[in-house]
Amino acid sequence: MKDINIEVIKPKIKLALTDLGTHIDSRVEDAINNAIFEETQSIAKDVLQTMLDNYRIARSENIPVCQDTGSVVFLLELGEELCFKNSLINLLHECVSEVWKEHQYRDSIVKDPVFHRNITKNNSPAIIHTELVKGDDTTIYIALKGGGAENMSALKMLNPSDGREGIKKFIIDTVLLASGNACPPIIIGVGVGGNFEQVAYLSKKALFRELQSTNSDKEWAAFEQEILTDVNELGIGPQGLGGKTTALAVHIETAPCHIASLPVAVNLQCHAHRITKIVLQDSDYDYFVM
Amino acid sequence: MDKVLLTGTIYTARDQAHKRIVEFIETGKELPFRLKDAAIFYAGPTPAKPNSVCGAIGPTTSSRMDRYTPILLDNGVKVLIGKGERSKEVRSSILKHNALYLVAVGGAAALLSKCIISCEVVCWEDLGTEAIHRLEVKDFPCYVSVI
Repeated sequence: MKDINIEVIKPKIKLALTDLGTHIDSRVEDAINNAIFEETQSIAKDVLQTMLDNYRIARSENIPVCQDTGSVVFLLELGEELCFKNSLINLLHECVSEVWKEHQYRDSIVKDPVFHRNITKNNSPAIIHTELVKGDDTTIYIALKGGGAENMSALKMLNPSDGREGIKKFIIDTVLLASGNACPPIIIGVGVGGNFEQVAYLSKKALFRELQSTNSDKEWAAFEQEILTDVNELGIGPQGLGGKTTALAVHIETAPCHIASLPVAVNLQCHAHRITKIVLQDSDYDYFVM
Repeated sequence: MDKVLLTGTIYTARDQAHKRIVEFIETGKELPFRLKDAAIFYAGPTPAKPNSVCGAIGPTTSSRMDRYTPILLDNGVKVLIGKGERSKEVRSSILKHNALYLVAVGGAAALLSKCIISCEVVCWEDLGTEAIHRLEVKDFPCYVSVI
């Protein structure tokens, strides 16, 4: 059993959260740089250029990339052999509230979803998922997730007989319905299998994969590419104003499921893709942007 | 589709502010700002940092305002700025009132903040970012949505 003093990792988490507000994943920037050359319509090129200019201004002038600095999602892969001296969960909430205050990020969380929609004034609570993994390594994935793309996400319990075509149709229908609302070019996180709650989690987890990485299984990797090609033929384009660049990637994560079921979840992510991870390894706390 | 650069006064209003505007209209209470000929921007900025005019600002999804928009248009609003598509009812109301729906780029909030010359809260500070802000903008980029 290895002890981790969480106070030591607090500055790392705060720095990661601070940077996420003003920095998008550099792979998005690369992908958009490439997409500009593929686009033929002037509006599509103009929108993509605006996005690139925005990333540069945000980074150099320390201004949030998007006014929606999001709800904070933590995905923790906790080594079973670790022992945290204090509450890691409390620390994460504390980091969010401190960073939001210190950097004037937007308070976007309301206390009660219906009867008291009053903002909590420190953007907490964060949304925290935990998974136990073997060994004594721990990875903390962090995302600032905007509301617009999250709102257009969807889950459906398909029939097993719907198969691959049913899955593809559901993803395409979800993207069509989202249109410009999800701030395309989007990243499409898909969960397939498991059960009702696991499939939603898988679709979120898929977004934490390195952008444009492929599923480790060849068949699923080919399916990801096929769906991406189809999505980019829909014509939705950057910001929904028409064009070839509707999505930058489709990431699918799967799990075994019940004989009666074929759960599918689609979690959409806007182009302002703000994710990072912190790896705690052998008492050495590495921090890097994914 | 045309690109336009807006210069002038616009007001921010999003979910909670729309709800309140319509409550004021329906109960006959006087609003703290004029809807006639107003431009409404569906946006909630981040707080302004010291020495800056306005925080990061950009459009939120317009369709969430669809249920209120025809009432605002009936009361004189002329320009709507947001992102995404509008309902059939809103589209016909826009045509009826000879109004405009403009799309701004989402996730470009640092760049758009540079087009804000002044920003002040007009009313409903209790709503935080959802309070109504009066913005003076210069060369604020938008695209004219085809209805």
